[in-house]
Amino acid sequence: MSNLNNKKTSNINQSVTNGGRKKLLLMGRSGSGKSSMRSIIFSNYSAFDTRRLGATIDVEHSHLRFLGNMTLNLWDCGGQDVFMENYFQQQKDHIFQMVQVLIHVFDVESTEVLKDIEIFTRALTLLKKYSPDAKIFVLLHKMDLVQLDKRQELFQIMMSKLRDTSTAYGFPEIVGFPTSIWDESLYKAWSQIVCSLIPNMTQYQKNCKEIANIMECRELILFEKTTFLVVCSNEMKYNGDNNTAGLISQQQQQQHNGLDPKRFEKISNIMKNFKQSSVKMKSSSFKSLIMRNSGIYVCELTSNLMCFIVLKDPSQQEQLVLNNIKRIQKYFS
Amino acid sequence: MEHSSSSNTTSELTTADDSKATILLMGLRRCGKSSICKVVFHSMQPLDTLYLESTSKPTTEHFSTLIDLSVMELPGQLNYFEPNYDSERLFQNVGALVYVIDSQDEYLNALANLSMIIEYAYKVNPKINIEVLIHKVDGLSEDFKLDTQRDIMQRIGDELLDLGLEGVSISFYLTSIFDHTIYEAFSRIVQKLIVELPFLENMLDNLVQQSNIEKCFLFDVNSKIYVSTDSSPVDIQTYEVCAEFVDVILDLENLYKSTETTGFMDKEMMGVSKLNNGVYIYLKQMIRGLALVGLIRTNTTGNNNNNNFLAVIDYNVDIFKKGLQEIWAHTRLNKQNQISTSSTFVDNTNDPRHNLITSSNI
Repeated sequence: MSNLNNKKTSNINQSVTNGGRKKLLLMGRSGSGKSSMRSIIFSNYSAFDTRRLGATIDVEHSHLRFLGNMTLNLWDCGGQDVFMENYFQQQKDHIFQMVQVLIHVFDVESTEVLKDIEIFTRALTLLKKYSPDAKIFVLLHKMDLVQLDKRQELFQIMMSKLRDTSTAYGFPEIVGFPTSIWDESLYKAWSQIVCSLIPNMTQYQKNCKEIANIMECRELILFEKTTFLVVCSNEMKYNGDNNTAGLISQQQQQQHNGLDPKRFEKISNIMKNFKQSSVKMKSSSFKSLIMRNSGIYVCELTSNLMCFIVLKDPSQQEQLVLNNIKRIQKYFS
Repeated sequence: MEHSSSSNTTSELTTADDSKATILLMGLRRCGKSSICKVVFHSMQPLDTLYLESTSKPTTEHFSTLIDLSVMELPGQLNYFEPNYDSERLFQNVGALVYVIDSQDEYLNALANLSMIIEYAYKVNPKINIEVLIHKVDGLSEDFKLDTQRDIMQRIGDELLDLGLEGVSISFYLTSIFDHTIYEAFSRIVQKLIVELPFLENMLDNLVQQSNIEKCFLFDVNSKIYVSTDSSPVDIQTYEVCAEFVDVILDLENLYKSTETTGFMDKEMMGVSKLNNGVYIYLKQMIRGLALVGLIRTNTTGNNNNNNFLAVIDYNVDIFKKGLQEIWAHTRLNKQNQISTSSTFVDNTNDPRHNLITSSNI
């Protein structure tokens, strides 16, 4: 392993264009699980805790700082028909202006699929008018309620239907995810949604790759610290547009290195659980986790990034690895 | 670690060999016995236990942690006092009788049933440990829990007094499968069956004192039951954090397990995690599917030579591990030679505790 000191890796900060405020609309019919998602990803709820959540009245705003310079304004729009009507009529310019991302949630168990889609189209029409550049994500939620062998098929049918609808309303590129709060699929979806908002993603990826090579990592993953969403890794491209090929490329990847294709989300899940349990020790969060004999290092990189490193050769000197981690900090600060 | 479960016929199960410490799990129907077994020993999600079917046959599960443990679960609806049932032999081979009472249900029937069982079991085997789990307390409010416990203890006491059994000691636990209380209760029950326990505790105490560890547990990796801990009081939150840490390490290890090496534990697992307030959680794999998990609190004020004290702990833990191996070798030897076990290894001359180095010297 060579020392990182003399290597040239461009600093993330130089290419930062101030991301500023991002407006995310979280929409969907009442009871589809919007607030539950939000609470799990951004407020450290466990899936079990979301039972206590009541109906959202009107719009609930939350402001989240992400990766330092980016602010996510999440508009959690209550989904009861009264509120919905209100959004589409009186408040339409207020709600649909300056939207970066629309996240539309569909309950797979819903009995009124046509009505769900109708609301989706109404939202798309207004979005076309007020913020035509918005990205659209659809989440087929509560997938855990569908039988295992039918999930894939159901998802395909629903997605082709939704894609047709959205193309007709002027948004040809929508991205869909099957999600459930009871497994790691939720983290995958939100990672990709949030990553699509990061302006200097290519820089992150480039740095990640170079550092992984220099440190001889089997894997290097960057996580956002509070939410534990995956920012990028040395292997996968983490942005939305290659999603249609996502399934195939993941299978190839698995054959390629023999690793679990869902490992990113699983790590998010594991680490987040651990973070919650460490709160019981009257500590806000954990700082580092080192598994020396298997070459796994999880460390704070900056005030908002965690790195997750798996070495090719676990017998490397611990101190050397830690020193290198200290050195790469400056490329991400 | 061996992990086999089988449903045996009664004839097989009563001839369980004596080297195994056996726990007998009893209770009325629908009080949650199978759920307990699944959650503790098969790491099933508590919510999934809703779909378990009623158990029809006695089932036995074997575990080899530091001791060989087998848990025998009896169906609730059986009557053990029918003349054709060989209940005498059943109770004779058992180390602990765990009786589960559903605290959310009317429990008077259960109490009558329990005192009948105690009367019989105690007559057959006076050395039996009787443990009562006041189960499903997750649905009760805090005040009500204590009231229920007091009421149950009182009633059982009265019943036994009426039956003329005064010397029986019964332990009570408030448990629920939705939190860690069930693990805690099972840990204590299992610990009563380990004859080496005082020596283990002593070793852990030594380790803790010499290395500035605040609290440490010896975990069974698969079930998260702790086989032993040092003699400072157990704080349930510390236990939870340590148990979760075992999970974290295991899960991460499994994700990046190299495919070439097939053996699961060919490499010794270990992990150290540092928390923001200067607490370290330390895990190291011991023998036979056991892992030592310790909690180390450092003073946060400018103590930067962290690697120093971790090295000391590493060194001491290695010595502790050697000690464990020795104990295990001895108990094995003793069992083979049919010598009575409990006391021979206490006067072990090369006691590993002399080799511990203290971190205060550095």
